[in-house]
Amino acid sequence: MSVISGRAIEPGVDIGERQRLAGRRRDRFLSIASPLGLVLAWEVAARLHFIDVRFFPAPSSIAGALWAIARSGELLTNTAVSLERLFWGFLLGGVPSLVLGILMGISRPLRAFLDPLIAATYPIPKSSILPLILLIFGLGEMSKVVMVAIGVFYPIAINATAGVLQINRIYLDVGTSFKAGRWDTFRTIALPGALPFIMTGVKLGAGLGLILIAIAEMIGAKSGIGYMIWAAWETFSVEKMYCGLFVIAIIGFVMSLGLNELERWLIPWKAES
Amino acid sequence: MPGADRAIKIRIRNLAKRFGPLVALDDISIDIADGTFFVIVGPSGCGKTTLLRILGGLEQVTSGTVEITDPAPGRPQYSVVFQGDSIFPWMTVWDNAAFGLRMRKAPRAETEETVGHYLAKTGLTRFAQLYPHQLSGGMRQRVAIARAFANDPEILLMDEPFSALDEQNRTILHQELLRIWEEDKKTVVFITHSVDEAATLGDKIMVMTASPGRTKTIVDVPLERPRNVLELRNDPHYGAIVYGIWGQLKDEVERARL
Repeated sequence: MSVISGRAIEPGVDIGERQRLAGRRRDRFLSIASPLGLVLAWEVAARLHFIDVRFFPAPSSIAGALWAIARSGELLTNTAVSLERLFWGFLLGGVPSLVLGILMGISRPLRAFLDPLIAATYPIPKSSILPLILLIFGLGEMSKVVMVAIGVFYPIAINATAGVLQINRIYLDVGTSFKAGRWDTFRTIALPGALPFIMTGVKLGAGLGLILIAIAEMIGAKSGIGYMIWAAWETFSVEKMYCGLFVIAIIGFVMSLGLNELERWLIPWKAES
Repeated sequence: MPGADRAIKIRIRNLAKRFGPLVALDDISIDIADGTFFVIVGPSGCGKTTLLRILGGLEQVTSGTVEITDPAPGRPQYSVVFQGDSIFPWMTVWDNAAFGLRMRKAPRAETEETVGHYLAKTGLTRFAQLYPHQLSGGMRQRVAIARAFANDPEILLMDEPFSALDEQNRTILHQELLRIWEEDKKTVVFITHSVDEAATLGDKIMVMTASPGRTKTIVDVPLERPRNVLELRNDPHYGAIVYGIWGQLKDEVERARL
């Protein structure tokens, strides 16, 4: 019998998988612990009067206020109104910006023609256009919808153009060599090729839309979450202000979850990471 | 002699192509007969890809003429297999292979049947619903070949389709390409920098000079078909052909390095 010196490699349990799972569980715990911890610390600090409850009312009293406006229907009405404006604004701004952005990516002359206009108007803070929009569209629904549309327009248009421009030349050559017409090139190459960039634009647009709807409703509306926050300020019901902020945060969070899901569904070819 | 008695499919006369002051191609005149597997081999930068892009309508000539016979009604004149990854990442294998047929609005039943046929031929049937990122490089290039064949063109233009693959995959794909090609022997123009590849696949091999690209010589490859890629290596004729082409190419490769 011969003995080979050195360490034998023995079959073992793969502990990598178990460690990864444990790691993921730890991460999830940490990401739940941070907001919970904050709320808890806030509650304690408010009750012990470490913080001024006129400005920072205890989470429990905010929850009480939230419950009250939820029961009275005020919360639901205002949330629904804001969501509706967001929806129409997204449609009004999103569809043309998508088409225009992609066309600008495809057509050099169109890009040369429109680029300076977009570059010049993009840096204008959208909130500063609000008075003008109110002047043109009045205090009705349209002014709020237009504000959201303007906010959504830029990131989607700019990203769609960039998305088309980064498409590998070879795919366009393939289109040419297989005699793809203009519409087919748009539909089968430019649009799907630019889609990952476009989704980034949509996500940015969603955030901007939310900011702008809140601002627009504070000044030029008699309903909506923004209006609710502003009205709460005027009557100094601080708890209700926090309710409004909380609802906006939730809307933003749900929107980003929804958009991530939409992205997964629209872009199944992106390698899962 | 293959192609000797057949109609001319592609006729190129005094073709020149300049990019600004750079002369890429100069005074190229060739006839390619119907059903010929025509391989163009040359050193890097000799303009062979440019020549193929001209045939594929992706570049214009500076002077000279290119005549390609009109295709039969309802059939496309040519399809291109590009160098490197050219299949669409956002389409499944099936949709990629169906691209040409869809672009020319082929009837649905014909598309289904033809795509199914070439996916089977390239061994991709099981992977039809996968996306390119789920495939290896060799598989992706099979999809590109299936896409070109499924379009059922009269001429196939192939631009170094296997240059990014490792040698083992390349050898396997050579055999698969020859097998599919044997079915209806389309006219092929195949660009490569590999002498082995040229001798393995071609009926005729055109050796190009280094910049500017000119026709140095056109060599016949009198090897029998159907060919077995592996057995060829053991065939003294094959060795002689490879050696002969190297003799023509060697000076050009050295000149290209200067």
